[in-house]
Amino acid sequence: MTAVDPASGARDTVPQPAPAPVGLGAVVRRMRHHPLGLAGGGLLLLVVAFCYLGPVVWRTNQTDVNLLEAALPPGPAHPLGTDTNGFDVLGRLMEGGQVSLQIGLLAALFATTFGTVYGAVAGLAGGVVDGFMMRMVDVLLSVPFLFFVLILSARFDANAWTLALVIGAFSWLISARLVRGEVLTLRVREYVLAARVMGASRRRIIFTHLIPNALGVIVVNVTFQVADAVLVVAALGFLGFGLSYPTTDWGSQLASGVTYISADYWWLIYPVGGLIVLTVLALNLLADALRDAVGRKAD
Amino acid sequence: MAWYIVRRLAVSVVVLLGISAVVFFLLHLVSDSPGRVVLGQRASPEAVAAFDHEHGFDRPVVVQYVSYLGQLLQGDLGRSYKLNQDVSTLLQQNAARSAMLSLAGLVLALVIAVPLGILQAVKRNSVVDRVATGAAYVLYATPAFLLGLVLIAVFSQQLDLLPAEASQSHSPWVVFTDPRSMALPVVTIAVTSIAIFSQYQRSSALDQLGQDYIRVARAKGLPERLVLTRHLLRNACLPLITLVGTMIPLLLAGNLIVESLFNYSGLGLLFLNSLHREDYPVLLAYTLIGGVLTVVGNFIADIAVALADRRIELAS
Repeated sequence: MTAVDPASGARDTVPQPAPAPVGLGAVVRRMRHHPLGLAGGGLLLLVVAFCYLGPVVWRTNQTDVNLLEAALPPGPAHPLGTDTNGFDVLGRLMEGGQVSLQIGLLAALFATTFGTVYGAVAGLAGGVVDGFMMRMVDVLLSVPFLFFVLILSARFDANAWTLALVIGAFSWLISARLVRGEVLTLRVREYVLAARVMGASRRRIIFTHLIPNALGVIVVNVTFQVADAVLVVAALGFLGFGLSYPTTDWGSQLASGVTYISADYWWLIYPVGGLIVLTVLALNLLADALRDAVGRKAD
Repeated sequence: MAWYIVRRLAVSVVVLLGISAVVFFLLHLVSDSPGRVVLGQRASPEAVAAFDHEHGFDRPVVVQYVSYLGQLLQGDLGRSYKLNQDVSTLLQQNAARSAMLSLAGLVLALVIAVPLGILQAVKRNSVVDRVATGAAYVLYATPAFLLGLVLIAVFSQQLDLLPAEASQSHSPWVVFTDPRSMALPVVTIAVTSIAIFSQYQRSSALDQLGQDYIRVARAKGLPERLVLTRHLLRNACLPLITLVGTMIPLLLAGNLIVESLFNYSGLGLLFLNSLHREDYPVLLAYTLIGGVLTVVGNFIADIAVALADRRIELAS
């Protein structure tokens, strides 16, 4: 074929300058012109405000079981009805939301911190060490992650911290891959070579040069991971391997909705389901927008 | 090509060995005394010790791992602590049913997502495209258990159209023999995949639409229908092959949720019940099989892509 695309052709031979690192200011400016990202950020703020400021405005008793008020449909006293223990559902959603969001954020932070360091070390080391470390990642990625998390949370008593640790322990793999990829392109840049020539230690190169410059990819990944972790916590709660009573989270609340599905207690399903979807959607939209703003493909 | 397959096989074997080691040591960490699990909480420590000794569970964990590997090579997956059956028998009883459920969901997802993605790419930024993309975002954020629950609430409770429980027959062919009872589980599995597949298909088709061969096909006056089916479809489906290969862990996890929600006896439900019973040989075998399927899936996907697209350089 002789047809030449005018866009490619001669221009390809000119070496392209490496993309300049994107500063925080530029990211914020670009985010402002991203309606979906703004919507995601706004939604997320709403959900967080609902969970953490809501209880200040809407005070409910979430400690004493009141079976006389069990499973009331929505009404003036309880806008979203009550659950089968007599807890106000609206207040319960706020309380469960705090737990779900906390676990999600903690798990994502655990995973990203470990994955970042792992990926940076592998990428900088290269050679056999890199090969071995990344084959480990392949191995762990091949086993369905939910299985591990289920086995561990079934065996050990789950509280918010252990659950976040367990989820984090099996979700650092993607961040490790991403950061390694980023480090592979960064480590041949002049400033890293300069640091090496000046005799900087590996640790110094990793923490002061490589990780800060891979931060864009990392931040995008954290956002996606919070969304994933919120879903995993909900799945565990739903399958009955989540937090134990009286602690509650959205997944456990949904599970109790399932038990009474034939009784048609719709207010135990739709509000909490909607909140899960809304939160994950908001996080995904925000992450997509951040990825565009940072200007590099994160996957 | 042959050399590529051999090298790719070697890597797969190493990964498989790694998986078996990780899963084995993890489960050993979780439960180091099967005697306690088998004999119950009231058994005397002597009886537990005797049981562990008799079955070799008091040997060093590395020795146990090596002998487990030896058994694996002979096709012996161990024996269930609680059901007094061979694990391989248990898995065989349930595997076909799970596979049919996943397969039906996957086929349904592809049949809908591939044309949808191409339609979105051809009519990009139209109302159809925007609505479909929006729907994909929302469905992607919807966990399978929530979706299944809403489907049950609507189609089974409110409209009374479909049963809320999957067929309890033991035949793996229930998808065909009793489609009404399998409609909700299959749709639940398919919907999440549709959201992922259609977005991939859309962006892949968009890439292809800008290519020269499409312009040439259009310039020589080929009807648009043929441009799309004969030229675009083939090339735009390539990324999907890889995606389906990497989706296997996701499908297995999806089965876990859907089988539990619809009470469909398959591998997922077996896994959950074994989890409640602390039946570790079953958990070990199923997790291993999940790993094997993933590795095999990726392997087949790589080979399929290489076969479908001759331009891929296998030597590098």
